[in-house]
Amino acid sequence: MTKVLTDSRSIRIKGRSFLAVVLSPDLPLDEWLLRLDDLAARSAGFFLGRPVVLDVTDLAIDRTQLTELISGLGQRNVSIMGIEGARPSMLGPGMPPLLKGGRPVADFEQPSAESAAAEPVQPAKPATKEPRGQTQSIVIHEPVRSGQSVIFPEGDVTVVGSVASGAEIIAGGSVHIYGALRGRVMAGSVGNSSARIFCRKLEAELLAIDGIYQMAEDMAPSLRGQPVQLWLEGDVIMAETLS
Amino acid sequence: MGKVIVVTSGKGGVGKTTSTAALGAALAQRNEKVVVVDFDVGLRNLDLVMGAERRVVYDMVNVIQGDAKLPQALIRDKRLETLFLLPASQTRDKDHLTAEGVERIINELKKYFDWIICDSPAGIERGATLAMRHADMAVVVTNPEVSSVRDSDRIIGLLDAKTLKAERGERMEKHLLLTRYDANRAERGDMLKVDDVLEILSIPLIGIIPESMDVLKASNVGAPVTLADARSAPAMAYFDAARRLAGETLPITIPGDKRGFLGKIFGRKAA
Repeated sequence: MTKVLTDSRSIRIKGRSFLAVVLSPDLPLDEWLLRLDDLAARSAGFFLGRPVVLDVTDLAIDRTQLTELISGLGQRNVSIMGIEGARPSMLGPGMPPLLKGGRPVADFEQPSAESAAAEPVQPAKPATKEPRGQTQSIVIHEPVRSGQSVIFPEGDVTVVGSVASGAEIIAGGSVHIYGALRGRVMAGSVGNSSARIFCRKLEAELLAIDGIYQMAEDMAPSLRGQPVQLWLEGDVIMAETLS
Repeated sequence: MGKVIVVTSGKGGVGKTTSTAALGAALAQRNEKVVVVDFDVGLRNLDLVMGAERRVVYDMVNVIQGDAKLPQALIRDKRLETLFLLPASQTRDKDHLTAEGVERIINELKKYFDWIICDSPAGIERGATLAMRHADMAVVVTNPEVSSVRDSDRIIGLLDAKTLKAERGERMEKHLLLTRYDANRAERGDMLKVDDVLEILSIPLIGIIPESMDVLKASNVGAPVTLADARSAPAMAYFDAARRLAGETLPITIPGDKRGFLGKIFGRKAA
């Protein structure tokens, strides 16, 4: 029996970035846990409600030790949302997922006992600290080849060349392609519905703006091979040829 | 110092080994010292195409593991005395290729030869990445069909990322060799046209090898096509490609269909 889809609305898939605390344990693990207890004693609830990622790169432990470490952290109310740098043999069912592609930001300041006791009045820090870099756009001067992916959540991506079948561009802002677009493009991936996609020759496999996506077969055949711009109106991707 | 060329494609069966042998023999006929190196450990074929399968004593893995010296493993061609083969091992697998071992061999070969032509295995794993790692130049072998073109595109991306040249921030020279081209089928739309392939891959073209029975015949008698039948259409195309590799500028000819001699002269004008 085939199910009939009555609701034509598409599913929204979005990208979001969150700032996670990354813990990098060192050996021996029981000593490291003692130091962690010491830190937790100085500032109760430091890890409470914070997303924590466990970085086990270069840590020579096996799956059993990793499981013990995770449960040990669990007893201290530190829940691990993901593991970074683990070998596949270290992971099993029921364990947090493997995370990849993390980018470093400024280190978290550890609350220290002295500052809490001796200097109760601290000058107020600037309330917001933007974790974004200076560049808000990148330009790629070469064709983006099959299997390559360009991920730039901070802003616009411009490609002077074509984007091959099997390549993908994910941008926080708009995407400009001065060449043929044969791969996948996701613009406005961090919730920017005013992002647009421009290309000189539309032959894309998939297009998405702010999580609303369109497959090759959903695109109007008259747009194929044409210079096209695409934008979002409500929940619908609009397209017109550029002349 | 010799130049290291990798003949690669991503996809299997497009003509890497045939092209390695044909280009090697074509360059050797210019009186330059050439060695063709088989990187397909476990699935070696280059020895067969070169007609040297019964003369293999030591192979690259033996040299890497120190069981043999490099000159002991090199096989001199019986027809061309400037052409050599370094065979792959058939009984081991690709894990026996180590990065340091390959580097040592390539550096030693560079001292004695003008051209080191590395026949890459298919795929994008260890064997293929080690074959391309030390290359100065790449010949990307592609058939005029979509899956081969996409795999070549992927390989070009890897050539720009995973080779020593790329890691040093230099530009890897890449050339497209279009093989098994059939002008009639391209015209009918059964095959991609030359311009379509060039548009997708956007690297310079070094030659178009026509689809031909001569290639298969040459492989079966164990001779590179540029040695077996130097006057055949594919051999001529390989000779031209070799001259372009050596730095000459020649106009590229698209191999036409098999019309008669007169038809060729008059047919072109009429069209």
